[in-house]
Order: sequence, then C-alpha cells, then structure tokens
Amino acid sequence: MVRILGGAILLVSLGALAPARADAPKVALALQNHQFVPAELAIPANTKVELVISNRQQTPAEFESSSLHREKVVPPGATASVFVGPLDPGKYEFFDDFNSQTRGHLVVK
Amino acid sequence: MLATAIIVFREALEAALIVGIVLAASAGVPGRGRWVGGGILAGVVGAVAVAGFADAIAAAAAGIGQEVFNAAILFAAVAMLGWHNIWMATHGREMTRAANRLGEAVRDGSRPLWALGFVVALAVLREGSEVVLFLYGIAAAGGGGPAAMAVGGALGLAAGVAAGAVLYLGLVAVPLRHLFTVTSWLVLLLAAGLASQGAAFLVQADLLPALGGNLWNTSFILSDQSIPGRMLHTLIGYTAQPTGIQVVFYLATLLLIGGLMRLVGGTPRRPGPAARTGRTRLQSQV
Repeated sequence: MVRILGGAILLVSLGALAPARADAPKVALALQNHQFVPAELAIPANTKVELVISNRQQTPAEFESSSLHREKVVPPGATASVFVGPLDPGKYEFFDDFNSQTRGHLVVK
Repeated sequence: MLATAIIVFREALEAALIVGIVLAASAGVPGRGRWVGGGILAGVVGAVAVAGFADAIAAAAAGIGQEVFNAAILFAAVAMLGWHNIWMATHGREMTRAANRLGEAVRDGSRPLWALGFVVALAVLREGSEVVLFLYGIAAAGGGGPAAMAVGGALGLAAGVAAGAVLYLGLVAVPLRHLFTVTSWLVLLLAAGLASQGAAFLVQADLLPALGGNLWNTSFILSDQSIPGRMLHTLIGYTAQPTGIQVVFYLATLLLIGGLMRLVGGTPRRPGPAARTGRTRLQSQV
C-alpha cells in the first residue's frame, strides 16, 4: 500500500517537473504607500500568468492569497515573480500579510 | 506597536505550538531541555542569517529560491517528526516486552532527541526569519521608534510563547499512559500538515501541479487568517481552501508514517509498565 502510494506520488511529481514557465504572459503589480497598484488586476481565464510584483516601499511585504495559495516575501525595493493559474473565472483576493489592510483583487475573465 | 505585536505574535505562535508538542512528546526524558533549548537558539541564529540573505535566497534558482527553501525546511521537519514517531513505535513494542527498556533506551541516549531538536530549530528559523525581516523593515523605515517596536515585539513574543506553554501544560496533564498515544497522533498530524504546506510551496514554484484549484472552501466556517484558523493550520494542517496536491501530500504522509509505525511496532499506544512507573519522574521534572 505504502509502496504503491509512494510510486504514485513519484510519478505525479516527475510528470509535472517540466511545465512551460517561460511563455506565461507577465502582469505587473506594484506595492507603494501600502497599496497595491493597480488594486484590481484583470487576467484571462484558464491561462498561466506571471505576476511581477515590485515592492516600492522601504518595508518588506508578503504577497499572500488564500484562494490563490500563494505566499511570497518581497523585500523592500525588490521584485518577485509569482505564477498563478490556469484559473477559473472569478474574483480572487490577495493581501500583504505584513500589512493586512493592504488588499487587492485578481479578476479572472 | 500594536501592528508589530500582532505580526510577531502570529509568527511566534506557530513556532511555540510546535515547541509545545515537541516538549510534551519528550516529557520526562533527561537531556531534552538541552536539545530543545539548543534548537531554539540555533533557530534564532538561523532566522537572523536567513533574513539577512533574504534577497539572495529569493533570487536563487531563477526566482523560486524562497519557495524551494521553504519546502526543503518543511519536508526536513516532516522527515524528523516521522523518524521520531517510527523510532518510538519500535521501542514501544520493546517496552511492553521488557519492563525497563524505556528507561534504558532513554538513559543511554539512543532516543532520537536530536530529531526533535532539529524540528524546533527549523520551526523557529522559518517563523523567526519573517519576524526579523519584518522588524528590520520597520526599523529601517524609521516607523514608530525603537521603544515601541521593542515593546510590541516583546508583547507579541510573550503571547505566542504563552499559547505554546498552555498547549504543553494541557498535554502533560494527560495521564502518562495516554500521553504517548496523544503525542504520537499530534506529531503525526503536525507532520502531515507541514507536508501539505511544503507541497503548496512546490506548486507555487511550479514544480508540482495543483491538481485542482480549490477542492473545497470552509473559510465561511473557519478562515485560516483568523487566530484559531492559524493555530489549527499549524497543529493539524487546517486549510480552508486546499488544492488537490495538498490533500494528496497530507494523506500520503499520514499513511506513510502511520503505516511504518504500525509495521514496526503495532498501533501507537500503551507504553508498558516501565512508563507507568516513570510517572513520578515525569511529575518531578514538570
């Protein structure tokens, strides 16, 4: 049982090791004065997208979203990439975990 | 100050709960204080180092350094917790055969306390590095003044440690003949939850498929951003909106560690008479 399960996990992991990251369209998102700019981002449904997040603040931020399953620390002045999708249409909230009033939405159409 | 206290509390809470479980799982074992204390110390030193190299780590491995680093820490902790439980299961069977085996194994130091010390170090390192990064950011931006930051940080840390202490005291109040079973289960669920978090980081790094965006959504019952939600997230891996792969990793870890425990030593329960006579020693240490 254990061996079968282990084998299944290994297969799943191997099969997924070569996803196409490079061709994902890039979407820019900035953090400044404790706000996401833009606060609402529109992306196409069922498409993998690279969010390029620039932290233009002097303080570190943590881009986080429960519905997108993402959490990434972005040091002050740094830029970080977060891949999202392919997603179903809908509205997905994200926030700065170091400053939880700072919130934004991803609108997937 | 309040914002600082809340952030520090949240991160300290997660580490303190793990330390509470580890302390309860090793209750009454001589020398555990050294290992747990050493683990905390190593974790703090590691946290400062990781925060200092945050930029380099984030930029490593073509931008997925942070995800891979977090996943590696989480899976290392899972392996240590699993190793501890399997070792305990092996010796649990011996204990029921020979009355004094536990005492001997404990005294000659063969029990893998180092594994628990390592888990503590990893937990403190992971949560601590975010605290250091956050506090450094506030200090660098000159917000609030150092006194407010120190007070906020100390309050948050104290509250987090208090929660861990409450968990520990609650656990060691469990009669010793059940304590072994209870801590074995807690360590098992903790390991499964950490594995599911690790899987989430590998999905984020694009190294694993999500296998379904949100299998279910229980955030209307318990949001994982709330304090109780965060506590359950740490303790048993509660996630309001899990991906398929997280559920797979959770169940696989449960089955793998639980299966190996069963294989080597029967079900995780009932330490022999040795442990029962060890009760006085436990109480005198607590």
